Amino acid sequence: MAERVLMKGNEAIAEAAIRAGCRHYFGYPITPQTEIAAYMAKKLPKVGGIFLQAESEIASINMVYGAAATGTRVMTSSSSPGISLKSEGLSYIAGSDVPALVVNVQRGGPGLGGIQPSQSDYFQATKGGGHGDYRMIVLAPASVQEMASLTMKGFDLADKYNMISMILADGTIGQMMEPITFEDAEVATYEKPWALTGTEGKRKHNIVNSLYLKPDELEAKNFERFEKYAIVEENEPMWEEYMMEDAEICVVAFGIASRVAKNAVVAARAEGIKAGLIRPITLWPFPKKALAAAAEKVNGFVSVELSMGQMIEDVRLASGCKKPVALCNRAGGMIPSPDEVLESLRKAQKGEY
Amino acid sequence: MAVVFQKPKSLADVPLHYCPGCPHGIIHRLVAEALDELGIEGKAIGVAPVGCAVMAYDYFTCDMIEAPHGRAPAVATGIKRCRPENIVFTYQGDGDLASIGMAETVHSAARNENITVIFVNNAIYGMTGGQMAPTSLPGQVTQTSPYGRDVNHCGWPIRVCEMLATLEGPEYVTRVAVNNVKNVKNAKKAIKKAFQNQIEGKGFSLVEVVSACPTNWGMTPQKALEWVESDMLPYYPIGVYKDRSAAKEEK
Repeated sequence: MAERVLMKGNEAIAEAAIRAGCRHYFGYPITPQTEIAAYMAKKLPKVGGIFLQAESEIASINMVYGAAATGTRVMTSSSSPGISLKSEGLSYIAGSDVPALVVNVQRGGPGLGGIQPSQSDYFQATKGGGHGDYRMIVLAPASVQEMASLTMKGFDLADKYNMISMILADGTIGQMMEPITFEDAEVATYEKPWALTGTEGKRKHNIVNSLYLKPDELEAKNFERFEKYAIVEENEPMWEEYMMEDAEICVVAFGIASRVAKNAVVAARAEGIKAGLIRPITLWPFPKKALAAAAEKVNGFVSVELSMGQMIEDVRLASGCKKPVALCNRAGGMIPSPDEVLESLRKAQKGEY
Repeated sequence: MAVVFQKPKSLADVPLHYCPGCPHGIIHRLVAEALDELGIEGKAIGVAPVGCAVMAYDYFTCDMIEAPHGRAPAVATGIKRCRPENIVFTYQGDGDLASIGMAETVHSAARNENITVIFVNNAIYGMTGGQMAPTSLPGQVTQTSPYGRDVNHCGWPIRVCEMLATLEGPEYVTRVAVNNVKNVKNAKKAIKKAFQNQIEGKGFSLVEVVSACPTNWGMTPQKALEWVESDMLPYYPIGVYKDRSAAKEEK
């Protein structure tokens, strides 16, 4: 039966992971996501699972790599500087085609940055971060409810495609409390014939590996992997459209920025400005088709971001640079007010991008 | 006709890529024999390092994974925590285990992670062509210490067994060598014990195998084994540095 509870965003991720059948968590403390580790430390031993605090982010992502290689549902979580440290492991996991869930509750950067909310790891999450050609499925929750539902979805997508699913949240969604509903959901299981389980003398040995010293073999592996990515790009983009039917200005925002932007859209409408919102839920695959369709009918776009402007590049690419794109941003842990976004919509209305 | 000598089942029948005279072949065989004799090949999951043994995943017939540089004990931890019924081992060199992977080594030992670590110490980075290792001896000439290792400039070589033995955590920490027949036989016993410990759930067992690198030391295989005896073993003495169960029995 569905259950309605009041929860912090970070705790919602942890509870959803357990409900999705995750019994192994490896992590390292960092603000503002440590509630996930604390929740797992408390709950996992009670349900036959393993919580292990590693000696570093590097060790924890490699524990995830080993666990994932056995075909076990596994996760880790961190925040921006910690994700930089995990990036080596992310590249190996992607290069070995094993599934895992990684949570990034973003804080301001670069460097040690700050501990207030940010979206400035967009490039890192959607364009690579680690070395080599690879992709991760990147999910951007905008509410505590979505922290839970996208965590469950993320595990499923990871298993379906043998990829990393990253939950790209921010400190606000991680820390705030909202009522959420946990629906009873069937957890799908997937065959994992590649998993390290011991041969038991019954089959040839399985090897989980990202090393291919012969360049033609490595090239073939990359092409094969990108055929899979193309399927993900075709089938898995998710987005929300709000007041887009007759919109002349399209706001694009994800996560906490999209909630501010939604208020600004409502305020703009009250002033007679026909604004609408496209909220990407998957940042990779980016909802290119939605943006391309919008580019045919709106006069311009406003990308609202908690960064110096990262998603704006994908907005330009997806809209084919057919219409002007303005940036409305705050950085370093600051969040724009609805009035600030409204002001950029007023400018857009006057053709000032 | 009676078979008196054959390849262990746990070792694949493929050509190894190691240089002529390299003891990795001997150490691979000792690990494979231990897996065979304990009947655990079908349960074993091996973790290959970055370094000369990077392609060990092709040489052992059990399930294998290739870890990032130095991270093998963390990868092994992830595997073992998910599948405690399997036998998990790492096979690492000195650069991998004692330099870039030192944190993973120390902390998996401190947790008494129930895994087996085979640590091959040949005092040099072999795969990249002979650079100074954390275990290169004072005065040792390498590509990156061309005037000999100057301890005032780049510090002293690390004795891993002695250091780990100070920790409460690990079950078994021992150093062996493979420079002569007697030592090879003792190395085999230590490696087998390190796996037996895991079967019995005793915890972290590390066998440091003092080895040679004729190619990058610039010596004949024969001369290299002599150098192990004359220069390596005085700095890295053979011995059992920690054996918790044996110590308990004595009490």
